[in-house]
Amino acid sequence: MTLSLRFRAAIVSLALLGVFLGVWHLATRGGGATATMSPEYAKLMGLTATQGKSAMPGPLDVGAKLWEHLKRPFYDNGPNDKGLGIQLAYSIGRVGLGYLIAVIVAIPLGFMIGMSPLISKALDPFIQVLKPISPLAWMPLALYTIKDSSISAIFVIFICSVWPMLLNTAFGVAGVRKEWINVARTLEVGTVRRAFTVILPAAAPTILTGMRISIGIAWLVIVAAEMLVGGTGIGYFVWNEWNNLSITNVIIAILLIGLVGMLLDQVLARFTRMVTFPE
Amino acid sequence: MTDKFISIEGIARRYPGAGGGTTTVFQDFWLSMARGEFGCVIGHSGCGKTTVLNILAGLDEPSEGTVIVDGQGIEGTSLDRAVIFQSHALLPWRTVLGNVAYAVSSKWRKWDRARVKAHAQKFIDLVGLTGSEHKHPSELSGGMKQRVGIARALSITPKIMLMDEPFSALDALTRGTLQDEVRRICLETGQTTFMITHDVDEAIFLADKIFLMTNGPGAVLAEIVENPLPKERGRIDLHRHPYYYALRNHIVDFLVSRSKSFAAEVTDHDPRHVPTVRPGLGEPVIVSPPRVVEPNPAQSVAR
Ligand SMILES: Nc1ncnc2c1ncn2[C@@H]1O[C@H](COP(=O)(O)OP(=O)(O)O)[C@@H](O)[C@H]1O
Ligand SMILES: [Mg+2]
Repeated sequence: MTLSLRFRAAIVSLALLGVFLGVWHLATRGGGATATMSPEYAKLMGLTATQGKSAMPGPLDVGAKLWEHLKRPFYDNGPNDKGLGIQLAYSIGRVGLGYLIAVIVAIPLGFMIGMSPLISKALDPFIQVLKPISPLAWMPLALYTIKDSSISAIFVIFICSVWPMLLNTAFGVAGVRKEWINVARTLEVGTVRRAFTVILPAAAPTILTGMRISIGIAWLVIVAAEMLVGGTGIGYFVWNEWNNLSITNVIIAILLIGLVGMLLDQVLARFTRMVTFPE
Repeated sequence: MTDKFISIEGIARRYPGAGGGTTTVFQDFWLSMARGEFGCVIGHSGCGKTTVLNILAGLDEPSEGTVIVDGQGIEGTSLDRAVIFQSHALLPWRTVLGNVAYAVSSKWRKWDRARVKAHAQKFIDLVGLTGSEHKHPSELSGGMKQRVGIARALSITPKIMLMDEPFSALDALTRGTLQDEVRRICLETGQTTFMITHDVDEAIFLADKIFLMTNGPGAVLAEIVENPLPKERGRIDLHRHPYYYALRNHIVDFLVSRSKSFAAEVTDHDPRHVPTVRPGLGEPVIVSPPRVVEPNPAQSVAR
């Protein structure tokens, strides 16, 4: 029954996709009225005005362009013309690095907060104030102090992904069942071994949930950050193609951003499942 | 009192109460047990049984007094005192073998994997879980989980086993089987065991001595009941023994009425010298305390 449900859902999904592509195609097919205007103005307005063609590319245009990109994902023709693969690799690299630093900072710190009520109370006001700050608000400060746009972007990724991990780690560690701690205590297990053999596995599902939230936020933020700092990355690509008025490329970039985001989420979801234990 | 292997000496446990005062769960609490003895504590919920056991385990600290085990005051938890938790407290991310091996490798840190595994396996076999080594706790029934808890506690060959209502969450049939096994294992190994229970028949079957606690707050150890039944007793025909009903009625009477009225009725209770009674045919016989000279040895305890 579940298989047939999945099967039916897949059919509905495909149908919805078909309807969406069909409507998109019809809406952008062109054949709209050509406005009467002076030739100079018509030239400025482009094909929309002169041939009644929509400026919005249709699914076929996007498909053809996407195929072009997929054939040569890694070409590099200078700063403003790089393959999508290269741009995505830059973004994923920045997200990966900022995220990794956040993991290295957040998990040990979260452990300390979770284990010590004193540290928890002492750090709480700082966390409460810092957490709601939009990561992009840090950008000018980062650019001013770090003076390197790429590292600033990594810093912004770090700052936005650190909070969910920190809070979830602290929450998970503080919530480890007393009886499991007591087992370790009656077995005279030392603090370090206890942290690794009881607290870490017990809190792992909560920690991984925080990490999954973080990777999602980091991927959201990298696009905006790269639009600001420029140079490379998928966010910069979107902005650059907007300036080139290449809506086709913008749509392709949007699609890829969604796909990569989904992949990142799936990877973390798999890790979460690996550490989750049934009770 | 010949051999005081465990000696709880005048402990008290207080909690900050409402309105700035303190609530005393119990105070001036004395209890001792000999090596190899099986002691059961019976009392109503909230009288402080778990607190006493946790203090004995080193998981909790008394507000006053000390606990001496094998001639030494205890400080915190110890591998010499294994605890079997009511909620079994297995680590759910470890298998049966993993849970027992965790205890084994905690006690013998230098042992290699194979040795730890072999030792753990021996105790898994002992509690009858052969074949389930690689299951996770979530795949086990309540009784099997508690068996793992018992195997884990036994595997570190503790001097004392502490059990806090270990079978209360189990169905009657499973409980019976586990009682049989615990009794067999304790008799075979001469294990000193301190157990809390709600179940009068469980106490009668398992215990050499039954400690009766009055209701809290301000609970006291009212009486020590010596089990008059022979060492070789079966769970099935327990109730056929001539002493059984005297013993059972004595304990039930205590739980039903005397546990409530004890504080009001007995004004000369000396917590250091708690009377020991041995119910048998006829009225229960006081066999101690040593200090108080009883005019009539057959006098009823119901004062
Ligand atoms: N952390 C605590 N704060 C205040 N009172 C407590 C605390 N823990 C236990 N108590 C009190 O101590 C008493 C004894 O508890 P416990 O030893 O668990 O009883 P039992 O195991 O006999 O049911 C209870 O009345 C309970 O309310
Ligand atoms: Mg209790």
